[in-house]
Amino acid sequence: MVKTIAQINERIKKGEVVVVTAEEIIGLVDKKGVKQAAKEVDVVTTATFGPMCSSEVYFNFGHSKPKIKAQKVWLNNVPAHAGLAAVDVFLGATEIPENDPANSIYLGAFKYGGGHIIEELVAGKDIRLKAISYGTDCYPRKELDTWINIEDLNEAVLFNPRNCYQNYNVAVNLSNTVIYTYMGVLQPGLGNANYCSAGQLSPLLNDPLYLTIGMGTRIFLGGGVGYIVWQGTQHNPNVARTDKGIPKSPAGTLAVLGDLKQINPEWLRGVSMTGYGVTLAVGIGVPIPILNEEICQYTAVKDEEIYTQVIDYSEAYPQGKPGSLAEVNYAQLKSGKIIVRNKEVPTGGLSSYAKAREIADILKEWIRKGEFLLTEPVQKLPSVDSKIRLKALKER
Amino acid sequence: MGGKEIGVRSDVFFTFYFLLSTFYFLFSGESMIKKRVVLTFPKEIVEQPITCHLIKDYDLIVNILSAKVNPNEEGRLVVEIGGQREKLAGGMDYLKGLGVSIQPLAQDVRWNEAKCVHCTACIPICPSDTLSVNREQMRVSFDSERCIVCGLCLKACPYQAVEILF
Ligand code: SF4
Ligand code: SF4
Repeated sequence: MVKTIAQINERIKKGEVVVVTAEEIIGLVDKKGVKQAAKEVDVVTTATFGPMCSSEVYFNFGHSKPKIKAQKVWLNNVPAHAGLAAVDVFLGATEIPENDPANSIYLGAFKYGGGHIIEELVAGKDIRLKAISYGTDCYPRKELDTWINIEDLNEAVLFNPRNCYQNYNVAVNLSNTVIYTYMGVLQPGLGNANYCSAGQLSPLLNDPLYLTIGMGTRIFLGGGVGYIVWQGTQHNPNVARTDKGIPKSPAGTLAVLGDLKQINPEWLRGVSMTGYGVTLAVGIGVPIPILNEEICQYTAVKDEEIYTQVIDYSEAYPQGKPGSLAEVNYAQLKSGKIIVRNKEVPTGGLSSYAKAREIADILKEWIRKGEFLLTEPVQKLPSVDSKIRLKALKER
Repeated sequence: MGGKEIGVRSDVFFTFYFLLSTFYFLFSGESMIKKRVVLTFPKEIVEQPITCHLIKDYDLIVNILSAKVNPNEEGRLVVEIGGQREKLAGGMDYLKGLGVSIQPLAQDVRWNEAKCVHCTACIPICPSDTLSVNREQMRVSFDSERCIVCGLCLKACPYQAVEILF
Protein backbone atom coordinates (compact mmCIF):
# COMPACT_ATOMS: atom_id res chain seq x y z
CA MET A 1 0.00 0.00 0.00
CA VAL A 2 1.71 3.15 -1.20
CA LYS A 3 0.09 6.59 -1.07
CA THR A 4 1.23 10.03 -2.11
CA ILE A 5 0.84 13.30 -0.24
CA ALA A 6 -1.26 14.60 -3.15
CA GLN A 7 -3.69 11.69 -2.70
CA ILE A 8 -3.89 12.33 1.04
CA ASN A 9 -4.62 16.00 0.38
CA GLU A 10 -7.44 15.00 -1.96
CA ARG A 11 -8.91 12.91 0.85
CA ILE A 12 -8.54 15.83 3.26
CA LYS A 13 -10.45 18.09 0.86
CA LYS A 14 -13.20 15.52 0.41
CA GLY A 15 -13.50 15.05 4.15
CA GLU A 16 -12.51 11.37 3.88
CA VAL A 17 -9.13 11.53 5.52
CA VAL A 18 -8.33 9.23 8.45
CA VAL A 19 -6.14 10.91 11.05
CA VAL A 20 -4.97 9.51 14.36
CA THR A 21 -2.47 10.76 16.92
CA ALA A 22 0.91 9.16 17.53
CA GLU A 23 -0.59 7.63 20.69
CA GLU A 24 -3.63 6.20 18.93
CA ILE A 25 -1.64 4.60 16.11
CA ILE A 26 0.15 2.39 18.68
CA GLY A 27 -3.02 0.53 19.63
CA LEU A 28 -4.20 0.39 16.05
CA VAL A 29 -1.00 -1.27 14.81
CA ASP A 30 -1.07 -3.64 17.80
CA LYS A 31 -4.64 -4.64 17.01
CA LYS A 32 -4.75 -4.72 13.23
CA GLY A 33 -1.16 -5.15 12.22
CA VAL A 34 0.95 -2.63 10.38
CA LYS A 35 -0.30 -3.63 6.92
CA GLN A 36 -3.92 -2.92 7.69
CA ALA A 37 -3.15 0.18 9.76
CA ALA A 38 -1.08 1.65 6.92
CA LYS A 39 -3.97 1.03 4.56
CA GLU A 40 -6.56 2.66 6.83
CA VAL A 41 -4.66 5.63 8.24
CA ASP A 42 -3.59 8.61 6.14
CA VAL A 43 -1.97 10.88 8.70
CA VAL A 44 -0.47 10.52 12.20
CA THR A 45 -0.16 13.69 14.25
CA THR A 46 2.82 14.16 16.57
CA ALA A 47 3.53 16.96 19.01
CA THR A 48 5.71 18.37 21.73
CA PHE A 49 5.57 21.26 24.20
CA GLY A 50 8.62 22.27 26.16
CA PRO A 51 11.32 24.85 26.78
CA MET A 52 13.14 25.43 23.53
CA CYS A 53 16.11 27.75 23.73
CA SER A 54 17.21 28.98 20.36
CA SER A 55 13.85 30.66 19.82
CA GLU A 56 13.44 34.26 18.83
CA VAL A 57 11.16 36.73 17.14
CA TYR A 58 11.99 39.32 14.57
CA PHE A 59 9.75 42.16 13.58
CA ASN A 60 9.59 45.44 11.72
CA PHE A 61 8.18 48.23 13.89
CA GLY A 62 7.70 50.84 11.14
CA HIS A 63 9.33 54.20 10.64
CA SER A 64 8.91 57.05 13.09
CA LYS A 65 8.85 60.71 12.06
CA PRO A 66 11.58 61.81 11.79
CA LYS A 67 13.14 58.48 10.95
CA ILE A 68 15.71 56.59 13.01
CA LYS A 69 18.20 53.90 12.09
CA ALA A 70 17.91 51.97 15.33
CA GLN A 71 21.36 50.96 16.42
CA LYS A 72 20.62 49.66 19.90
CA VAL A 73 17.14 48.63 20.99
CA TRP A 74 15.53 47.63 24.29
CA LEU A 75 12.11 46.04 24.71
CA ASN A 76 10.80 46.44 28.26
CA ASN A 77 14.42 47.09 29.18
CA VAL A 78 15.59 43.81 27.65
CA PRO A 79 18.24 44.31 24.96
CA ALA A 80 17.23 43.26 21.45
CA HIS A 81 19.42 43.05 18.39
CA ALA A 82 19.05 45.85 15.86
CA GLY A 83 22.18 45.39 13.81
CA LEU A 84 20.44 44.23 10.68
CA ALA A 85 18.63 47.23 9.20
CA ALA A 86 16.92 50.44 10.37
CA VAL A 87 13.70 49.33 12.06
CA ASP A 88 14.00 45.52 12.02
CA VAL A 89 14.63 43.95 15.41
CA PHE A 90 15.59 40.48 16.64
CA LEU A 91 14.71 39.45 20.19
CA GLY A 92 16.17 36.24 21.58
CA ALA A 93 14.27 34.09 24.09
CA THR A 94 17.19 33.87 26.53
CA GLU A 95 17.98 37.59 26.71
CA ILE A 96 17.74 39.04 30.25
CA PRO A 97 16.97 42.64 31.31
CA GLU A 98 19.67 45.28 31.32
CA ASN A 99 21.14 45.42 34.85
CA ASP A 100 19.59 42.09 35.89
CA PRO A 101 21.92 40.92 38.67
CA ALA A 102 21.77 37.46 37.05
CA ASN A 103 23.76 35.05 39.18
CA SER A 104 26.02 37.73 40.67
CA ILE A 105 23.51 37.84 43.50
CA TYR A 106 23.25 34.09 43.89
CA LEU A 107 20.72 32.57 43.27
CA GLY A 108 19.46 34.43 40.20
CA ALA A 109 15.67 34.21 39.94
CA PHE A 110 15.40 35.12 36.24
CA LYS A 111 11.73 35.99 36.49
CA TYR A 112 11.62 37.98 33.27
CA GLY A 113 13.36 38.17 29.92
CA GLY A 114 13.11 37.62 26.19
CA GLY A 115 10.83 34.59 26.42
CA HIS A 116 8.36 36.50 28.61
CA ILE A 117 8.34 39.49 26.26
CA ILE A 118 7.54 37.17 23.36
CA GLU A 119 4.67 35.72 25.40
CA GLU A 120 3.40 39.23 26.24
CA LEU A 121 3.67 40.41 22.64
CA VAL A 122 1.61 37.42 21.52
CA ALA A 123 -0.93 38.10 24.28
CA GLY A 124 -1.44 41.58 22.79
CA LYS A 125 0.23 43.54 25.59
CA ASP A 126 1.96 46.84 24.88
CA ILE A 127 5.74 46.65 25.03
CA ARG A 128 8.00 49.63 25.64
CA LEU A 129 10.51 50.19 22.86
CA LYS A 130 13.58 52.32 23.33
CA ALA A 131 16.13 52.89 20.60
CA ILE A 132 19.26 54.96 20.21
CA SER A 133 21.27 55.82 17.14
CA TYR A 134 24.14 57.95 15.89
CA GLY A 135 22.01 59.78 13.28
CA THR A 136 22.52 59.98 9.54
CA ASP A 137 21.39 62.36 6.83
CA CYS A 138 18.54 60.00 5.88
CA TYR A 139 17.79 58.85 9.44
CA PRO A 140 18.47 61.92 11.59
CA ARG A 141 16.76 60.83 14.81
CA LYS A 142 18.98 59.74 17.69
CA GLU A 143 16.51 58.60 20.32
CA LEU A 144 13.17 56.91 20.35
CA ASP A 145 11.05 55.94 23.37
CA THR A 146 7.58 54.63 22.68
CA TRP A 147 5.18 51.70 22.99
CA ILE A 148 4.56 48.98 20.43
CA ASN A 149 1.83 46.40 20.05
CA ILE A 150 1.86 43.28 17.89
CA GLU A 151 -1.12 44.60 15.93
CA ASP A 152 0.81 47.62 14.74
CA LEU A 153 3.96 45.78 13.71
CA ASN A 154 4.44 45.30 9.98
CA GLU A 155 5.72 41.77 10.27
CA ALA A 156 6.26 39.72 13.39
CA VAL A 157 7.81 36.32 12.90
CA LEU A 158 8.71 33.52 15.27
CA PHE A 159 11.94 31.95 14.13
CA ASN A 160 13.51 29.08 16.03
CA PRO A 161 16.89 27.93 14.76
CA ARG A 162 16.84 24.82 16.94
CA ASN A 163 13.60 23.23 18.23
CA CYS A 164 12.05 19.85 18.61
CA TYR A 165 15.09 17.89 19.74
CA GLN A 166 14.90 14.27 18.72
CA ASN A 167 15.37 12.76 22.16
CA TYR A 168 17.19 14.41 25.05
CA ASN A 169 19.37 13.66 28.08
CA VAL A 170 18.04 12.86 31.51
CA ALA A 171 19.78 15.19 33.95
CA VAL A 172 20.88 14.17 37.45
CA ASN A 173 23.23 15.54 40.08
CA LEU A 174 25.91 13.34 41.64
CA SER A 175 27.43 16.12 43.77
CA ASN A 176 26.44 16.89 47.34
CA THR A 177 24.90 20.34 46.75
CA VAL A 178 21.81 21.45 44.85
CA ILE A 179 22.55 22.59 41.32
CA TYR A 180 20.46 24.87 39.13
CA THR A 181 20.58 24.02 35.44
CA TYR A 182 18.68 24.49 32.20
CA MET A 183 17.29 21.05 33.05
CA GLY A 184 15.79 22.46 36.24
CA VAL A 185 16.67 22.17 39.91
CA LEU A 186 18.69 19.03 40.54
CA GLN A 187 18.84 17.77 44.10
CA PRO A 188 22.16 16.37 45.39
CA GLY A 189 23.06 12.70 45.46
CA LEU A 190 20.70 11.62 42.67
CA GLY A 191 17.78 13.37 44.38
CA ASN A 192 15.79 13.69 41.19
CA ALA A 193 16.10 13.07 37.45
CA ASN A 194 14.68 15.51 34.90
CA TYR A 195 13.85 14.59 31.32
CA CYS A 196 12.61 16.66 28.39
CA SER A 197 10.85 14.88 25.55
CA ALA A 198 7.31 13.86 24.69
CA GLY A 199 8.66 10.37 23.88
CA GLN A 200 6.18 8.44 21.78
CA LEU A 201 4.36 11.65 20.79
CA SER A 202 7.48 13.59 19.84
CA PRO A 203 7.73 14.49 16.12
CA LEU A 204 11.21 13.29 15.24
CA LEU A 205 10.92 10.12 17.30
CA ASN A 206 8.01 9.11 15.05
CA ASP A 207 10.01 9.68 11.89
CA PRO A 208 13.46 8.75 13.16
CA LEU A 209 15.18 8.69 9.77
CA TYR A 210 13.43 11.83 8.46
CA LEU A 211 11.56 10.04 5.67
CA THR A 212 8.69 12.56 5.61
CA ILE A 213 9.65 15.53 7.80
CA GLY A 214 11.81 17.97 5.87
CA MET A 215 12.26 21.51 4.62
CA GLY A 216 8.86 22.94 3.77
CA THR A 217 6.80 20.65 6.02
CA ARG A 218 3.79 22.61 7.22
CA ILE A 219 3.31 22.36 11.00
CA PHE A 220 1.31 23.55 14.01
CA LEU A 221 3.49 26.24 15.54
CA GLY A 222 2.28 27.79 18.78
CA GLY A 223 -1.36 27.58 17.74
CA GLY A 224 -0.77 28.98 14.26
CA VAL A 225 0.60 27.55 11.05
CA GLY A 226 4.35 27.42 10.57
CA TYR A 227 6.95 25.65 8.49
CA ILE A 228 10.11 23.67 8.93
CA VAL A 229 12.72 25.74 7.14
CA TRP A 230 15.97 23.88 7.74
CA GLN A 231 17.59 21.34 9.99
CA GLY A 232 18.11 22.89 13.41
CA THR A 233 21.51 23.82 14.75
CA GLN A 234 23.37 20.90 16.35
CA HIS A 235 21.39 18.51 14.09
CA ASN A 236 23.26 15.29 14.72
CA PRO A 237 21.75 12.26 12.98
CA ASN A 238 24.77 9.99 13.41
CA VAL A 239 24.37 8.91 17.02
CA ALA A 240 23.88 5.38 18.34
CA ARG A 241 20.40 4.07 17.48
CA THR A 242 18.29 1.07 18.44
CA ASP A 243 17.72 -1.63 15.85
CA LYS A 244 14.47 0.19 15.04
CA GLY A 245 16.40 3.34 14.17
CA ILE A 246 15.52 5.32 17.29
CA PRO A 247 18.40 7.51 18.47
CA LYS A 248 19.50 6.76 22.03
CA SER A 249 20.71 10.30 22.76
CA PRO A 250 19.97 13.82 21.44
CA ALA A 251 20.06 13.65 17.62
CA GLY A 252 18.09 15.54 14.98
CA THR A 253 16.67 19.05 15.41
CA LEU A 254 14.45 21.39 13.38
CA ALA A 255 14.57 25.06 12.47
CA VAL A 256 10.99 26.35 12.33
CA LEU A 257 9.35 29.62 11.37
CA GLY A 258 5.84 31.04 11.53
CA ASP A 259 3.70 34.15 11.77
CA LEU A 260 3.80 35.43 15.36
CA LYS A 261 0.45 37.13 14.83
CA GLN A 262 -1.28 33.74 14.49
CA ILE A 263 0.25 32.41 17.67
CA ASN A 264 -1.65 31.90 20.92
CA PRO A 265 0.02 32.37 24.34
CA GLU A 266 -1.45 29.03 25.38
CA TRP A 267 1.24 27.42 23.22
CA LEU A 268 4.08 29.87 23.70
CA ARG A 269 5.23 30.57 27.25
CA GLY A 270 8.06 32.45 28.89
CA VAL A 271 10.16 30.14 31.06
CA SER A 272 12.23 31.00 34.16
CA MET A 273 14.93 28.60 35.22
CA THR A 274 16.15 29.54 38.69
CA GLY A 275 19.92 30.04 38.66
CA TYR A 276 20.12 29.53 34.91
CA GLY A 277 18.12 32.06 32.94
CA VAL A 278 15.02 32.57 30.86
CA THR A 279 13.79 30.92 27.72
CA LEU A 280 10.63 30.12 25.80
CA ALA A 281 8.40 27.05 25.81
CA VAL A 282 7.04 26.29 22.37
CA GLY A 283 4.25 23.96 21.26
CA ILE A 284 4.82 22.24 17.93
CA GLY A 285 2.72 19.68 16.08
CA VAL A 286 3.97 17.84 13.00
CA PRO A 287 1.80 15.68 10.72
CA ILE A 288 3.30 12.50 9.34
CA PRO A 289 1.73 11.24 6.09
CA ILE A 290 1.42 7.46 6.15
CA LEU A 291 2.78 6.84 2.67
CA ASN A 292 3.74 3.21 3.25
CA GLU A 293 4.04 0.48 5.88
CA GLU A 294 7.56 1.41 6.88
CA ILE A 295 6.49 4.94 7.84
CA CYS A 296 3.46 3.53 9.65
CA GLN A 297 5.69 1.19 11.63
CA TYR A 298 7.89 4.08 12.73
CA THR A 299 4.90 6.08 13.99
CA ALA A 300 3.82 3.13 16.14
CA VAL A 301 6.89 3.55 18.36
CA LYS A 302 6.15 3.20 22.09
CA ASP A 303 7.69 4.87 25.12
CA GLU A 304 9.28 1.59 26.20
CA GLU A 305 11.17 1.41 22.90
CA ILE A 306 12.69 4.88 23.21
CA TYR A 307 15.89 4.94 25.25
CA THR A 308 17.97 7.82 26.48
CA GLN A 309 21.04 8.48 28.62
CA VAL A 310 21.21 9.65 32.23
CA ILE A 311 23.91 12.31 32.47
CA ASP A 312 25.51 13.90 35.54
CA TYR A 313 25.03 17.67 35.28
CA SER A 314 27.28 18.45 38.24
CA GLU A 315 30.47 17.29 36.55
CA ALA A 316 30.28 15.29 33.30
CA TYR A 317 28.00 17.69 31.41
CA PRO A 318 29.60 21.03 32.34
CA GLN A 319 33.10 19.67 31.85
CA GLY A 320 32.23 18.04 28.55
CA LYS A 321 33.20 14.59 29.75
CA PRO A 322 31.60 11.59 28.07
CA GLY A 323 29.76 8.98 30.06
CA SER A 324 26.22 7.87 30.75
CA LEU A 325 25.20 6.72 34.21
CA ALA A 326 22.33 4.61 32.91
CA GLU A 327 20.18 3.99 29.88
CA VAL A 328 16.45 4.31 30.58
CA ASN A 329 13.30 4.40 28.49
CA TYR A 330 10.40 6.83 28.47
CA ALA A 331 7.94 4.39 29.97
CA GLN A 332 10.21 4.27 33.03
CA LEU A 333 10.67 8.04 33.05
CA LYS A 334 6.93 8.66 32.87
CA SER A 335 6.22 6.12 35.62
CA GLY A 336 7.80 8.59 38.05
CA LYS A 337 10.97 6.74 38.95
CA ILE A 338 14.07 5.26 37.38
CA ILE A 339 16.97 3.27 38.78
CA VAL A 340 20.42 4.84 38.64
CA ARG A 341 23.36 3.21 40.40
CA ASN A 342 20.97 0.93 42.29
CA LYS A 343 19.09 3.91 43.63
CA GLU A 344 15.45 4.68 42.93
CA VAL A 345 15.37 8.24 41.62
CA PRO A 346 12.10 10.20 41.23
CA THR A 347 11.63 11.79 37.81
CA GLY A 348 10.26 15.13 36.69
CA GLY A 349 9.56 16.44 33.23
CA LEU A 350 10.27 19.76 31.61
CA SER A 351 8.34 18.95 28.48
CA SER A 352 4.58 18.70 29.05
CA TYR A 353 3.08 15.45 27.84
CA ALA A 354 -0.43 16.71 28.60
CA LYS A 355 0.08 19.71 26.31
CA ALA A 356 1.69 17.61 23.60
CA ARG A 357 -1.42 15.44 23.66
CA GLU A 358 -3.67 18.47 23.27
CA ILE A 359 -1.64 19.74 20.33
CA ALA A 360 -1.71 16.36 18.57
CA ASP A 361 -5.51 16.40 18.98
CA ILE A 362 -5.87 19.96 17.67
CA LEU A 363 -3.77 19.21 14.61
CA LYS A 364 -5.83 16.09 14.03
CA GLU A 365 -8.99 18.21 14.09
CA TRP A 366 -7.54 20.80 11.72
CA ILE A 367 -6.73 18.08 9.20
CA ARG A 368 -10.05 16.30 9.64
CA LYS A 369 -11.97 19.51 9.07
CA GLY A 370 -9.99 20.22 5.93
CA GLU A 371 -8.37 23.34 7.37
CA PHE A 372 -4.81 22.05 7.11
CA LEU A 373 -3.27 20.44 4.04
CA LEU A 374 0.00 18.56 4.06
CA THR A 375 3.02 19.76 2.11
CA GLU A 376 5.63 17.85 0.19
CA PRO A 377 9.06 18.61 1.68
CA VAL A 378 11.19 20.41 -0.86
CA GLN A 379 14.37 18.94 0.57
CA LYS A 380 15.09 16.19 3.09
CA LEU A 381 16.84 16.69 6.40
CA PRO A 382 20.37 15.28 6.47
CA SER A 383 20.06 11.72 7.75
CA VAL A 384 22.32 8.86 8.80
CA ASP A 385 23.92 8.74 5.36
CA SER A 386 25.17 12.32 5.75
CA LYS A 387 28.68 13.08 6.91
CA ILE A 388 27.43 15.29 9.75
CA ARG A 389 29.31 14.95 13.06
CA LEU A 390 28.58 17.30 15.95
CA LYS A 391 31.81 19.16 16.68
CA ALA A 392 32.98 20.64 19.94
CA LEU A 393 34.90 23.92 19.84
CA LYS A 394 38.66 23.75 19.38
CA GLU A 395 40.04 26.70 21.31
CA ARG A 396 43.01 28.39 19.70
CA MET B 1 -41.10 -1.23 45.36
CA GLY B 2 -40.61 -2.34 48.92
CA GLY B 3 -36.86 -2.27 48.46
CA LYS B 4 -37.01 1.30 47.29
CA GLU B 5 -39.01 2.37 50.31
CA ILE B 6 -36.47 0.89 52.67
CA GLY B 7 -33.77 2.67 50.68
CA VAL B 8 -35.45 6.02 51.21
CA ARG B 9 -35.87 5.40 54.88
CA SER B 10 -32.27 4.46 55.42
CA ASP B 11 -31.17 7.59 53.51
CA VAL B 12 -33.22 9.73 55.84
CA PHE B 13 -31.87 7.87 58.79
CA PHE B 14 -28.26 8.35 57.77
CA THR B 15 -28.71 12.04 57.01
CA PHE B 16 -30.22 12.50 60.45
CA TYR B 17 -27.48 10.51 62.09
CA PHE B 18 -24.82 12.44 60.22
CA LEU B 19 -26.23 15.81 61.26
CA LEU B 20 -26.53 14.70 64.84
CA SER B 21 -22.99 13.48 65.03
CA THR B 22 -21.70 16.66 63.39
CA PHE B 23 -23.48 18.76 66.00
CA TYR B 24 -22.10 16.54 68.70
CA PHE B 25 -18.56 17.02 67.51
CA LEU B 26 -18.97 20.76 67.01
CA PHE B 27 -20.50 21.58 70.34
CA SER B 28 -19.44 18.93 72.77
CA GLY B 29 -15.92 20.25 73.16
CA GLU B 30 -14.83 16.63 73.06
CA SER B 31 -14.10 16.58 69.34
CA MET B 32 -10.67 15.93 67.93
CA ILE B 33 -9.51 18.73 65.70
CA LYS B 34 -6.39 19.40 63.72
CA LYS B 35 -4.62 22.63 63.03
CA ARG B 36 -1.67 23.44 60.82
CA VAL B 37 0.39 26.29 62.13
CA VAL B 38 3.73 27.97 61.70
CA LEU B 39 5.46 28.48 65.03
CA THR B 40 8.21 31.05 65.29
CA PHE B 41 10.36 30.71 68.39
CA PRO B 42 12.44 33.55 69.82
CA LYS B 43 16.07 32.49 69.89
CA GLU B 44 16.16 32.47 73.73
CA ILE B 45 13.84 29.49 73.94
CA VAL B 46 14.75 27.33 70.96
CA GLU B 47 16.53 24.84 73.15
CA GLN B 48 13.61 24.19 75.48
CA PRO B 49 11.69 20.92 75.02
CA ILE B 50 8.49 22.70 74.07
CA THR B 51 6.92 20.13 71.78
CA CYS B 52 7.50 17.56 74.46
CA HIS B 53 5.33 19.58 76.87
CA LEU B 54 2.66 19.97 74.27
CA ILE B 55 2.45 16.25 73.87
CA LYS B 56 2.64 15.30 77.56
CA ASP B 57 0.79 18.10 79.31
CA TYR B 58 -1.90 18.78 76.76
CA ASP B 59 -2.38 15.34 75.29
CA LEU B 60 -1.78 16.62 71.80
CA ILE B 61 -0.51 14.86 68.71
CA VAL B 62 2.23 16.95 67.19
CA ASN B 63 3.33 16.17 63.70
CA ILE B 64 6.32 18.22 62.58
CA LEU B 65 6.03 19.03 58.90
CA SER B 66 9.11 21.16 58.55
CA ALA B 67 11.64 22.54 60.97
CA LYS B 68 14.41 25.06 61.03
CA VAL B 69 15.92 25.17 64.48
CA ASN B 70 19.50 26.17 65.23
CA PRO B 71 21.01 27.07 68.60
CA ASN B 72 20.90 30.83 69.23
CA GLU B 73 18.77 31.60 66.21
CA GLU B 74 15.09 32.23 65.78
CA GLY B 75 13.46 28.88 65.07
CA ARG B 76 10.61 28.03 62.74
CA LEU B 77 8.45 24.93 62.95
CA VAL B 78 5.60 24.01 60.71
CA VAL B 79 3.41 21.57 62.63
CA GLU B 80 0.11 19.84 62.49
CA ILE B 81 -1.37 19.68 65.97
CA GLY B 82 -4.28 17.45 66.75
CA GLY B 83 -6.23 16.93 69.94
CA GLN B 84 -9.36 17.82 71.82
CA ARG B 85 -10.56 21.35 71.18
CA GLU B 86 -10.06 22.61 74.74
CA LYS B 87 -6.68 21.00 75.16
CA LEU B 88 -5.56 22.41 71.86
CA ALA B 89 -6.59 25.88 72.97
CA GLY B 90 -4.66 25.31 76.20
CA GLY B 91 -1.58 24.26 74.27
CA MET B 92 -1.79 27.36 72.13
CA ASP B 93 -2.04 29.57 75.22
CA TYR B 94 1.00 27.81 76.66
CA LEU B 95 2.97 28.58 73.48
CA LYS B 96 1.84 32.22 73.40
CA GLY B 97 2.90 32.55 77.04
CA LEU B 98 6.42 31.53 76.02
CA GLY B 99 6.56 34.21 73.36
CA VAL B 100 6.06 31.84 70.44
CA SER B 101 4.25 33.45 67.56
CA ILE B 102 1.56 31.31 65.94
CA GLN B 103 0.35 31.77 62.41
CA PRO B 104 -2.20 29.60 60.73
CA LEU B 105 -0.88 27.72 57.76
CA ALA B 106 -3.69 28.22 55.33
CA GLN B 107 -2.96 28.37 51.65
CA ASP B 108 0.25 30.27 51.96
CA VAL B 109 1.34 28.72 48.71
CA ARG B 110 -0.93 29.23 45.75
CA TRP B 111 -0.96 27.17 42.60
CA ASN B 112 -2.14 29.03 39.56
CA GLU B 113 -3.77 26.38 37.45
CA ALA B 114 -3.94 28.58 34.36
CA LYS B 115 -0.19 29.04 34.44
CA CYS B 116 0.62 25.39 35.09
CA VAL B 117 1.57 23.49 31.93
CA HIS B 118 1.67 20.09 33.68
CA CYS B 119 5.36 19.57 32.98
CA THR B 120 5.85 17.66 36.30
CA ALA B 121 9.18 19.36 37.12
CA CYS B 122 7.86 20.02 40.63
CA ILE B 123 6.80 16.45 41.31
CA PRO B 124 10.10 14.98 42.57
CA ILE B 125 10.77 18.24 44.45
CA CYS B 126 7.58 18.54 46.52
CA PRO B 127 8.16 16.59 49.77
CA SER B 128 4.52 16.30 50.81
CA ASP B 129 2.78 15.22 47.60
CA THR B 130 0.88 18.51 47.61
CA LEU B 131 1.75 18.67 43.94
CA SER B 132 1.00 15.30 42.45
CA VAL B 133 0.44 13.87 39.03
CA ASN B 134 -2.23 11.67 37.55
CA ARG B 135 -0.04 9.40 35.43
CA GLU B 136 -2.87 8.39 33.11
CA GLN B 137 -3.55 11.96 32.11
CA MET B 138 -0.08 13.25 32.93
CA ARG B 139 -1.80 16.21 34.59
CA VAL B 140 -0.72 17.82 37.82
CA SER B 141 -2.96 18.86 40.71
CA PHE B 142 -2.44 20.71 43.97
CA ASP B 143 -3.85 19.65 47.33
CA SER B 144 -3.38 22.71 49.54
CA GLU B 145 -4.26 20.71 52.67
CA ARG B 146 -0.97 18.85 52.39
CA CYS B 147 1.31 21.83 51.76
CA ILE B 148 3.98 22.43 54.38
CA VAL B 149 5.10 25.71 52.79
CA CYS B 150 8.68 24.56 52.34
CA GLY B 151 8.96 26.78 49.27
CA LEU B 152 10.91 24.26 47.21
CA CYS B 153 8.46 24.26 44.30
CA LEU B 154 8.90 28.00 43.82
CA LYS B 155 12.42 27.52 42.56
CA ALA B 156 11.60 24.37 40.65
CA CYS B 157 8.60 25.58 38.65
CA PRO B 158 9.81 27.10 35.37
CA TYR B 159 6.41 28.63 34.61
CA GLN B 160 5.92 30.67 37.80
CA ALA B 161 2.76 28.71 38.43
CA VAL B 162 3.26 28.60 42.20
CA GLU B 163 3.58 31.65 44.37
CA ILE B 164 3.96 32.17 48.08
CA LEU B 165 1.68 34.62 49.83
CA PHE B 166 2.89 36.23 53.02
S1 SF4 C 1 5.70 24.64 49.30
FE1 SF4 C 1 5.60 23.63 47.31
S2 SF4 C 1 7.11 21.98 47.46
FE2 SF4 C 1 6.68 22.64 49.56
S3 SF4 C 1 5.03 21.30 50.22
FE3 SF4 C 1 4.04 23.12 49.41
S4 SF4 C 1 3.63 22.59 47.29
FE4 SF4 C 1 5.12 21.09 48.02
S1 SF4 D 1 6.57 22.74 37.72
FE1 SF4 D 1 5.03 24.37 37.63
S2 SF4 D 1 4.18 24.25 35.58
FE2 SF4 D 1 5.27 22.34 35.94
S3 SF4 D 1 3.70 20.95 36.72
FE3 SF4 D 1 4.66 21.88 38.50
S4 SF4 D 1 3.39 23.68 38.97
FE4 SF4 D 1 2.86 23.02 36.89
